[in-house]
Amino acid sequence: MPADIWLLYELMLKSRLIEEGIAKLWNDGLISGEMHLGVGEEAVMAAIVSQLQQDDAMALDHRGTSPLLMRGVDPVPLIREMLGREDGMCSGMGGHMHLFSPEKLAASSGIVGSSGPAAIGFALAGQILRPGSISVAFFGEGASNQGMLMESMNLAVVWNLPVIFVCKDNQWAITTPASSASRGSLLTRAEAFGMKAIEADGSDVISTWNVAKEALGFVRTGKGPVFLLVHCIHLEGHFLGDPLLDMVRRPIISFRKRFLPILRMFFKRRGATLGVRIQSLQEILKLVFSIQAQKARDQDPLIRARKLLTTKDPKRLESLEVALKAEIQQIFTSALAESA
Amino acid sequence: MKKMSFSEAIDDALGQAMAADPRIILFGEDVQGVHAGLFVRFGRGRVRNTPISESAFLGAAVSAAMAGLRPVAEIMLVDFVAVAADALVNQAAKVEAFSGGRWKVPLVVRTTCGGGYGDGGQHEQSLWGWLAHIPGLSVVVPSTPADAGGLMLGSFGYGSPVIFMEHKLLSHVWLDLLGTGGRKSVTYNVPLAGTMGRVPNVWEAIPIGKSSIRRDGHDMTIISLGVGVHRALEAAPILDGMGISVGVIDLRSVSPLDLDTICRETAKTKRMLVVDEDYEGFGLSGELAARVLEAGISVKFARVCTQTTIPYARDLEDETLPNTTRIVEAAERLMSE
Repeated sequence: MPADIWLLYELMLKSRLIEEGIAKLWNDGLISGEMHLGVGEEAVMAAIVSQLQQDDAMALDHRGTSPLLMRGVDPVPLIREMLGREDGMCSGMGGHMHLFSPEKLAASSGIVGSSGPAAIGFALAGQILRPGSISVAFFGEGASNQGMLMESMNLAVVWNLPVIFVCKDNQWAITTPASSASRGSLLTRAEAFGMKAIEADGSDVISTWNVAKEALGFVRTGKGPVFLLVHCIHLEGHFLGDPLLDMVRRPIISFRKRFLPILRMFFKRRGATLGVRIQSLQEILKLVFSIQAQKARDQDPLIRARKLLTTKDPKRLESLEVALKAEIQQIFTSALAESA
Repeated sequence: MKKMSFSEAIDDALGQAMAADPRIILFGEDVQGVHAGLFVRFGRGRVRNTPISESAFLGAAVSAAMAGLRPVAEIMLVDFVAVAADALVNQAAKVEAFSGGRWKVPLVVRTTCGGGYGDGGQHEQSLWGWLAHIPGLSVVVPSTPADAGGLMLGSFGYGSPVIFMEHKLLSHVWLDLLGTGGRKSVTYNVPLAGTMGRVPNVWEAIPIGKSSIRRDGHDMTIISLGVGVHRALEAAPILDGMGISVGVIDLRSVSPLDLDTICRETAKTKRMLVVDEDYEGFGLSGELAARVLEAGISVKFARVCTQTTIPYARDLEDETLPNTTRIVEAAERLMSE
C-alpha cells in the first residue's frame, strides 16, 4: 500500500493549525511558562504515527502535541490542559511538556533524552505482553549526546527490543548549533551499536513515510531496533520567544534588551583581549544570521506537500482545507468554552 | 553603591572573579547565549557551551576542580541535576572525605531553581534539601542582588563543592527565557525587592554559612530562603496588623546552616515558622526543627512548604508553593496554640 498523501497532508495540516492556535493562546498569555511546538516536524510525525497500530507505544519529548494529535487524542482536552484547566487531559497538572495518555500508551517528558529509556521499557513490556507491538522514541539530535539515550540504544540492541529511535535533526541544541555539540555522523554512531540506521528528508512526507514503513516493518517483525535520522526544521526555534529568533524578528527591542547589556560587558576593563572580544561578538551575530538563513530555506513539509496536491486536484485540496479550518475553529471554540 | 538586577549581579561578581583568577572558567548548556556578557568579555576559551550531556560535563567539572581549575559548571535547571546526580552525590561530595582531607574539590555549580511561572513540576523544583542531605555538598540560595553577587564570590573562597541556586522569579534573564518569553500578556508574582537592588561598587565575598536577619520581631521567628524570604516579608506587616510581631531570618545557605543565629532567635521568640519552597517531607523544614530541639530549645513549630508535585495550572501552582496567605494562616495558628 503506497503513502496516502491526502491523509498525511490532513494530519500535518491539522497539527499545524492546532499548534498555531496554541501559539496564539500562548501569545495572549492564556498559557504560562515555556511552549515547545512541533511546527516543522509534522512530516516525520505523520509518517510514523499514521503507521502505528493499536498496541504500539510512544515515548515523547517536550514536543508531544503533534504526535498525540495524530495518534487520535481528543484535541479539546489537550488544549484545555495547556490552559491549565481541570478538564484538561491531565487535569491541568502536566501542561504541554508533560502530556500523558495511558489509553494510547503515550508518555512525555521535559528531560532531554529521557524518551530513550522510556521507549525501551515500553518495548520490553510490549515484547512480553503484546507480541507484535512496537514502541517509538522521539527526540532531537541535541538529545543524542545524553548518556541515557546511548545506553538505551545499546540495551535495545542487546535485548533485541522492538523499538524505533526517531531522531529529529534540526541542527540546534537549544541555541547551540549541532556542529559545536557533536562530531561525526549520528547514523554511524547508531550503527556502531549494531543497530540498523536509516535516514529521511523530513521536508518530504512521502519519502519519509516510505522510509518509516521499511523501518517499522523491520522492527515489528522482531529483527531488532532501528535508528531513524530525519532532517527537519524548527520554524519557531527551540521554543516560543526563542531569543535568537527574537533578535531577527524584533531587532530594535532585542538590541535594547539583549545587546546593550552585552556591550556593557564588552567594554569592561580586565578580561580577554580586544581581538577575542570581537570574535565572541561575531559568533553571536553569526548565530543570529544562521537562524535567519535557515528560515529562508524552503524546508517546510506542509508547503512542499501542498504544492504537490495543488497539481493533483486543487478543488479537493481547497475543500479539505476549508473543512479542516472550520473544524479547528470549532475545536478552539469548544476548548475555550466553560465546561458543562 | 549602585543598583543592579539579580541576574546582572551574579554575572558581574563572577566576571570580577574571572578577571582576578584565570583558573575560573564557566561551562554549561547555552552559556554563551544566556551569559553573553561574560562570553564577550572572556571569550570562548573561558565561557564554553556544552552539548546536552549533564553527566559528562558535571563529572568533568569535578575532576577539573581536583586538577587545578576553578570551574563553574552551569546546570540550566536544578531539576536536571538528577540526570547527573552521580557527579555530585558520589564524586564531588566524596573526594575530600575519601582522600583524608588531602584533596579538595573547589567546584561551583550554578543552577536555577524554583517555581511560580507555570512551567510544570519537572522544571520548577527547589531540591536544595535533597542536595544538602549529602555530606560534602554546600548549598547556597541568595534572595537579593547584593547577596547573590557576594555569595558567588564567597563560593570561590569556600574550597569545597558549592551548589549556587538562582531562583527564576528573581532572575529576569531566566524568567524572560522560561516564563514570559518576551510577552507582555503574562504576569507572575515577582518579589521586586529581590530582583533589583543596591550592590557594592566592588564585590566583596560574603562568607557561606552566615544567615541574615531581614526583620526583627518578638512573637515568632520565620526562617526562610530565596523567594520565601520575600513572601515572609510580605506577610510580616499583615501579621503586625493582627498584633503578631514576626522576625525573618534569611538562611542564605542550606548547608552549612547558621545554627547560632537560628538558635539565638528562636530561643527568644519560642515560636518557629519555616517557609520552605522545597518539598516538606524529609527536608530542610524538618531538619531545622530537629536542630533547634537538639540544641535544647523548646519551640512551637509550624511550616509552610511544597507538599506535592508542583502542578502546571497557575492557580493550583500558587496554592502549592508557599504564599503570603498560607504564611499568615500558619502564623496565626501558631500564635493561638
